[in-house]
Amino acid sequence: MAGFQVIEVKESIFAENDRQADALRQKLKGEQTFLLNLMSSPGAGKTTTLCRTIEALKDELRIGVMEADIDSDVDARTIDGTGVRAIQLHTGGMCHLDADMTKQGLEAFGTEELDLVVLENVGNLVCPAEFDTGAVKNAMILSVPEGHDKPLKYPLIFTVCDVLLINKIDVLPYFDFDMKKVTAYAKMRNPNIQIIPICAKTGEGIDAWADWLRQQVRDWQS
Amino acid sequence: MHELGIVFHVIKSVEEVGRQNCLSRVSAVTLEIGEVSGVVPSYLTDCWDWAVKKSDLLRGAELRTDLLPAVTHCDGCGQDYPTVAHGKTCPHCGSGDTWLLTGSELNIKEIEVPDPEPENSEIPQQIG
Repeated sequence: MAGFQVIEVKESIFAENDRQADALRQKLKGEQTFLLNLMSSPGAGKTTTLCRTIEALKDELRIGVMEADIDSDVDARTIDGTGVRAIQLHTGGMCHLDADMTKQGLEAFGTEELDLVVLENVGNLVCPAEFDTGAVKNAMILSVPEGHDKPLKYPLIFTVCDVLLINKIDVLPYFDFDMKKVTAYAKMRNPNIQIIPICAKTGEGIDAWADWLRQQVRDWQS
Repeated sequence: MHELGIVFHVIKSVEEVGRQNCLSRVSAVTLEIGEVSGVVPSYLTDCWDWAVKKSDLLRGAELRTDLLPAVTHCDGCGQDYPTVAHGKTCPHCGSGDTWLLTGSELNIKEIEVPDPEPENSEIPQQIG
């Protein structure tokens, strides 16, 4: 009978990805390019928020956008309309981007001349949170119709995000969305999380968000 | 689809271990899965059986899963308790000042490598 040899590995499944993510961050630091990983559920308003953000910052920062989706290029076309450079990545059925896919995307895109690259991750609150993309900061959008209980249901994404945008605040009167509760639940998962209420449609709160982002880019470049 | 992404990462990592150890075949991989890692072992096995067909190193390899229990620590009273039964609230003192001690793990524990096939067709003598 054939024998077996057992090799102990004892390593987290995410360890290799974490190493690649750290290497990517170092490379971006050298190029003075800030990478933001933007996550949310499908339909929370990532692309609309991004268009507003670009309007607010495009005169001061050189911006590029990488759209990650399972299929189609509708988001990249929308971003293209704002006048900044956009690239569409297809994940080939995968529910998230990892550091290696992000690196390949950035290389194809060419980021040397850019101050800020926004990676619009696949719409999903579970998988993208588990894989470090190599971004400098993680941002998440939660929209009012989704409900204030999401930090309880999807704790990990709230733990890994530096900033939480509460979008669609114009419809607050029509939903049982409790701003105090969502703040308490999110802080329970991540005491350091910054929370900025916005409405991408009307532009309310975009200035505060643009200020936060501008400051992060400057800190990274200094 | 979530499990499929995890499986691709496991395969990549094991292939790397294979390169480092000059392996040509792996017959089994054992994962440690935390009880609250959000991974469903049966889905993982389904994805695994499909995905390993594409890997020369891992074709036909078995996936084994060890479940690690989830334990939460309470800063209020200093005691530990099982997470799944009680969630964020400590059953000993009622405090919500608690944090997950173990249970979110997703580790590759070990891989099993068959001894090399004998080069001639003779049946090797059994020793020991």
